[in-house]
Amino acid sequence: MLLIPCPWCGDRDETEFHYGGQAHVAYPQSPDALSDAQWAEYLFVRDNPKGEFAERWCHNAGCRRWFNLVRDTATHQIVVQR
Amino acid sequence: MSAVLPEHPEFLWRNPDPRRSYEVVIVGGGGHGLATAYYLARNHGITNVAVLERGWLAGGNMARNTTIIRSNYLWDESAAIYEHALKQWEALPEELDYDFLFSQRGVLNLAHTPQDVREGVRRVNANQLNGVDAEWLNPDQVKEFCPIVDISPGVRYPVLGATLQPRAGIAKHDHVAWAFARTADEHGIDLIQDCEVTGFLRDGDKILGVQTTRGPIMADRIGLAAAGHTSVLAGLAGLRLPLQSHPLQALVSELLEPVHPCVVMSNHVHVYVSQAHKGELVMGAGVDPYNSYAQRGSVHVIERQMAAALELFPIFARAHVIRTWGGIVDVTPDASPIIGATPLANLFVNCGWGTGGFKATPASGWVYAHTLATGRAHPLNEPFALERFTTGALIDEHGAAAVAH
Ligand SMILES: Cc1cc2nc3c(=O)[nH]c(=O)nc-3n(C[C@H](O)[C@H](O)[C@H](O)COP(=O)(O)OP(=O)(O)OC[C@H]3O[C@@H](n4cnc5c(N)ncnc54)[C@H](O)[C@@H]3O)c2cc1C
Ligand SMILES: [Zn+2]
Repeated sequence: MLLIPCPWCGDRDETEFHYGGQAHVAYPQSPDALSDAQWAEYLFVRDNPKGEFAERWCHNAGCRRWFNLVRDTATHQIVVQR
Repeated sequence: MSAVLPEHPEFLWRNPDPRRSYEVVIVGGGGHGLATAYYLARNHGITNVAVLERGWLAGGNMARNTTIIRSNYLWDESAAIYEHALKQWEALPEELDYDFLFSQRGVLNLAHTPQDVREGVRRVNANQLNGVDAEWLNPDQVKEFCPIVDISPGVRYPVLGATLQPRAGIAKHDHVAWAFARTADEHGIDLIQDCEVTGFLRDGDKILGVQTTRGPIMADRIGLAAAGHTSVLAGLAGLRLPLQSHPLQALVSELLEPVHPCVVMSNHVHVYVSQAHKGELVMGAGVDPYNSYAQRGSVHVIERQMAAALELFPIFARAHVIRTWGGIVDVTPDASPIIGATPLANLFVNCGWGTGGFKATPASGWVYAHTLATGRAHPLNEPFALERFTTGALIDEHGAAAVAH
């Protein structure tokens, strides 16, 4: 079980959190202007690195706020909180 | 007592050094890579082939899965490819002259809510229209088929019925890999272990070969069959694929007297259970939610899965967990695989089988061999092309496939 540092509540068990996948994926500025391939990329394709990964978590069973972490997907080590 | 396991053959495969070039190079020596090699030889007469494996053959998901084999998927495209696999499973023990304990003991997918019942009945109807054996069982019939399931109405998630595929079952996964490997080797195909692909040799958008820890290897066509590590490999070629890698865990109990006659899966409480030939109960859960390559998951996932198993099978209360483990599975947005060409010439992918690719092993190998031999998709893998994420023609087996294993 991961021990996840919520920026507002401190270290809590993973079971209190909901995973949100890759962080910093912005909604396209002008969706109408995207080609099908660009739209597919936005909808379906995310980074999947073996190593450091910026990801989103929501502290569902606590403060219920979203935040970002950088975690190493090869070791599960949480590298930075941001 | 438990079944007597067949003796291992005296000889399985050579351990050749890689040659400088091949007609086809397959990256990944799991079930899919080995089956692809076998069918390249069997169906296409192509034997100038190498399978490159960075560890040992079948050290990935192939020998970590819970070995459930079935073909009762909802959508036509899925039913077609998984049923092709099931037909091959029925022929393979004789064809490969290898007893890998394929046991068609039947798979139940339990329904616990009125919506589960509607979906189950719909799937039975769809399966029957596709020529896949399927029946709907009421709770008493479930009890008759699997006497240890608790069908009492008082439990938190009562059993309201189940789908049954009688031809579905289990096999011994490591033996399956060895059976394919031995026959591929007999055909002269090089199975090269301890050989990690670390890059691609290319000329613009054309892939010419692979860079490996045992030197460069040229090939006319290169097929990735690297399961959970496909994104990492594709990344070396600058390709982004709609895949996310997650841990998937399973566990076994100690060896017990035979108590469990079939395979029981429950989507709703999320557990699936069978009893292996030696006697251990084999149980699997759902994926851990986070991305990972660590081949381990979180213990609360196991705890939940065992709670579900205990409610369904009170008789397991005194069994012990002997071993838990995890594999890394490559999950696509529609829970269906991606098999076919990539934007890079000569580079092909077979990935995204996620939590359920063991059952597909023979069909995956069959259609991938066709694709690598001819450069074109087989009719069975045409719908599973990478382009479906752009055209929108998804094959959405999330939920539709009962549980995805
Ligand atoms: C716990 C668990 C339970 C499962 N239960 C079931 C089930 O009951 N039924 C079912 O149908 N499916 C199940 N699955 C899914 C099934 O195991 C997979 O879909 C299937 O095994 C994937 O294909 P494979 O056998 O070729 O993969 P793998 O055996 O993982 O083969 C991929 C190979 O590629 C190699 N590789 C990776 N990178 C490189 C590189 N750079 N160079 C060289 N080689 C490389 C790896 O070392 C590995 O050996 C389960 C999976 C897990 C983890
Ligand atoms: Zn919080």
